[in-house]
Amino acid sequence: MHMQYIRKTFTAGLALLAVGFMVLSSAVQAGVKIQQWQTASGSEVYFVENHDLPIVDVSVNFAAGSARDSAEKSGLAGITRYMMTLGAAGMSDEKIANKMADIGAILGGDFDADRAGFKLRTLSSEREKTQALDVFTKILQQPDFPEDVLTREKARIISGLQESATQPESISSKEFMKALYGSHPYSLDESGEVNTVAKITRDDLQSFYKQYYGAKGAVVAIIGDLTREQAGVIAETVTAGLPKSAAVSAIPAVKLPTQSIEKRIAHPASQSHILLGYPGIKRGDPDLFPLYVGNYVLGGGGFVSRLTEEVREKRGLVYSVYSYFMPMAEPGPFQLGLQTKKDQAEDALKLVKETLDNFIKNGITEAELKAAKANIIGGFPMRIDSNSKILDYLAVIGFYKLPLNYLDEYNRNVEKVTVAQIKDAFSRRLKTENFVTIIVGDPGAK
Amino acid sequence: MRTKSFLILLLMMPLTAFANAAIQEFKLDNGLKLIVQEDHRSPVVVSQVWYRAGSLDEVNGKTGVAHVLEHMMFKGTKQVKSGQFSRLIAAAGGKENAFTSTDYTCYFQQLEKSHLPLSFKLEADRMANLQLTDEEFAKEIKVVMEERRWRTDDKPQSKVNEAFQGAVYRAHPYSRPVIGFMNDLENMTAADAREWYNNWYAPNNATLVVVGDVKAEEVYKLAKQHFGKLKPKVLPARKPQVEPQQIGERRVVVKAPAKLPYLLMGYHVPALMNPDTDWEPYALEVLAGVLSGNPAARLNQRLVRESKMAIDASAGYDLMSRGRQSLFAMDATPSEGKTVADVEAALIEQIENIKKSGVTVEELERVKAGVIAADVYKRDSMFYQGMQIGTIETIGFSWKILEDYPKKLRAVTPEQVQAVAKKYLLKDNLTIATLDPQPIDPNAKPQGKPHVH
Repeated sequence: MHMQYIRKTFTAGLALLAVGFMVLSSAVQAGVKIQQWQTASGSEVYFVENHDLPIVDVSVNFAAGSARDSAEKSGLAGITRYMMTLGAAGMSDEKIANKMADIGAILGGDFDADRAGFKLRTLSSEREKTQALDVFTKILQQPDFPEDVLTREKARIISGLQESATQPESISSKEFMKALYGSHPYSLDESGEVNTVAKITRDDLQSFYKQYYGAKGAVVAIIGDLTREQAGVIAETVTAGLPKSAAVSAIPAVKLPTQSIEKRIAHPASQSHILLGYPGIKRGDPDLFPLYVGNYVLGGGGFVSRLTEEVREKRGLVYSVYSYFMPMAEPGPFQLGLQTKKDQAEDALKLVKETLDNFIKNGITEAELKAAKANIIGGFPMRIDSNSKILDYLAVIGFYKLPLNYLDEYNRNVEKVTVAQIKDAFSRRLKTENFVTIIVGDPGAK
Repeated sequence: MRTKSFLILLLMMPLTAFANAAIQEFKLDNGLKLIVQEDHRSPVVVSQVWYRAGSLDEVNGKTGVAHVLEHMMFKGTKQVKSGQFSRLIAAAGGKENAFTSTDYTCYFQQLEKSHLPLSFKLEADRMANLQLTDEEFAKEIKVVMEERRWRTDDKPQSKVNEAFQGAVYRAHPYSRPVIGFMNDLENMTAADAREWYNNWYAPNNATLVVVGDVKAEEVYKLAKQHFGKLKPKVLPARKPQVEPQQIGERRVVVKAPAKLPYLLMGYHVPALMNPDTDWEPYALEVLAGVLSGNPAARLNQRLVRESKMAIDASAGYDLMSRGRQSLFAMDATPSEGKTVADVEAALIEQIENIKKSGVTVEELERVKAGVIAADVYKRDSMFYQGMQIGTIETIGFSWKILEDYPKKLRAVTPEQVQAVAKKYLLKDNLTIATLDPQPIDPNAKPQGKPHVH
């Protein structure tokens, strides 16, 4: 019962998850009835009533991700979210954790460049639900940001950043985002930098909270053992005391790279960690469907993708090779990644580039398209087979303002994709001559 | 932020009860066990084949062969050529994968419910008809070596864990890594993999677990149709492998490129042997919960939050293992300016406190509340429910023992928690592995200079 070894890496799993958000669509509409309304305070609520299990799941989401950070105080957004859970309405971090644990409730969250989210899972029985929501509401509305806790957590985060700076996976992803996004806030590390985290003060957290945690525009997702009326009360309660902030500005537009960047970094690891990429797509981008379906064939479709076939199955060069588009508020990254023994890294890189170039130049076959559609559409029921999955989809639909019928449209859009559209979209959107390439564990370094 | 400490991976998933009457058990004439849990919330099904074959069953010189065979299981049969397994499942909209541990190898598919026959057809085929060619083996063994580099060789905490297992067990096969030693992978042959397959892949060494929107009787019929004709095998004898008692502390140091030091320590403690009469394993489970069951549990609260000695710290215990061996383990990462010796002393102090003053009723209630809630939450995941059933069965207990699990935990008293701490958490029974971090490159040239092409 110790370690488990899985045939495919988690990296690829994450990549699938990232694009999975887009696919959920028809599922929700087809199998799940979403109720949507606005609270008195101006928050958007997405609710699914489901009494199969005595569980309630709630998430509250804000446009308060790391894209709101400045280069000077990078890390502020993430620390603000985290610190909210470590002291509220006079309760210490210990008290908060104990109150949740006493009733078996689970406090979680999400954080990325666009979004800061808080999640709660509790039993639906009265005592448990009431206590869990009481603590959850205080975390959202009355964070204390205790000075001593901030000092402690900053030290932990800085240690973590220093450790990450020695590990090839963290180094490569950090360098990748820096090279891809330059001065755009998507380049900033969600955890910040050693010298920027050190500068963050309690005042910074309080101003960030007041500016970005407003009720208006917050997205509340709820699923579980509740009536519409009960869900209505919960939505009002968790948002009523949020700050009255001004509307949050849009994230700046992403500038596409005008030349290639290749960065090689020495590291004593036995493998080279290689990342290639280019800014990809936004949520709601008209090229989204052709790119998503096409990427399934290129490097998104687990064991059946071209990259896996060429690099792993035929030649045994890697354990994991993948590609994905991460659609975000502004174009999120298209990333292609692999790790391989240093002395074969140059060959593997060459092979990956050839595979990608061939894909962009010649597109895919009708048979590949058919297989991709069969998997994406046929896999739909598994994307909404649990409350926790549906909760995440509700948050994404709400946060990115996707229409409630977006999901039905989505499946139809997948159906409509043609090989010609895929070839066209890839060649227009991925300029390989301006790609970013990061190699950590440079095979040429001594 | 840092990922959760590595020790978590060592821990048994929290076991919670099946108060669920919808589980049914069947046995085919060839010895294949089938367990079906009906769950009609969504029109999907999870199908898992569990083989009682893991690194526990390997011998020296051939470590890693259980996991290598797992990879080879996707390389084709007489009827389904290499790579086709994955393509057929993908075409049905399915997800599939496999994983290997010390105790088992498991293959699974997640499908829309009407595709269960496809899963059974393919799994039954590769249970008996694998075509293990030298050519496919030669490619796949390279993939597994890349996997080892990625998982262990280049991950400092994984190396500490590997060294720890090697020190804490001297005779028992849990001393060896599931992924295998690189030397053994380099010298492994297709014949080794064939031998493994011929020894262990048989219906009488497997459990088929199905969870989903299905009818148990129909699944049974379908299982008989696809797996019923497979022939049972005489399985190799499994010799008892008992770890000699440890008398005297053991220490091991690992050097690897990293910034932060790290400490992993563990005591030999009993694993569950007799689910009806044992109480110590349940007391150890509660002890682990008191020490690190939630963010305000003792280790995080005292070491991370109050004394700021560590940047993280946790404890864990494996209630069950097929090897009938278990450890009570703790790990921690020292804060800036603190050493592994400091955090070691702080962890020991927490253990000594419990030996001296016991645990509070409040702490116990908190752990129990978590168990009761987890028992409900798990029903939101078909895959996880299947994992529990398959794991327990493969380890050699019946899934039915889980019905009593919450009751067993609720019965644990503060005195019992104190008693197991006093009895087992002793210096002579302790093994400690530490990471001594090394600079990435002491003579580093200026790094990260971009070349523009």
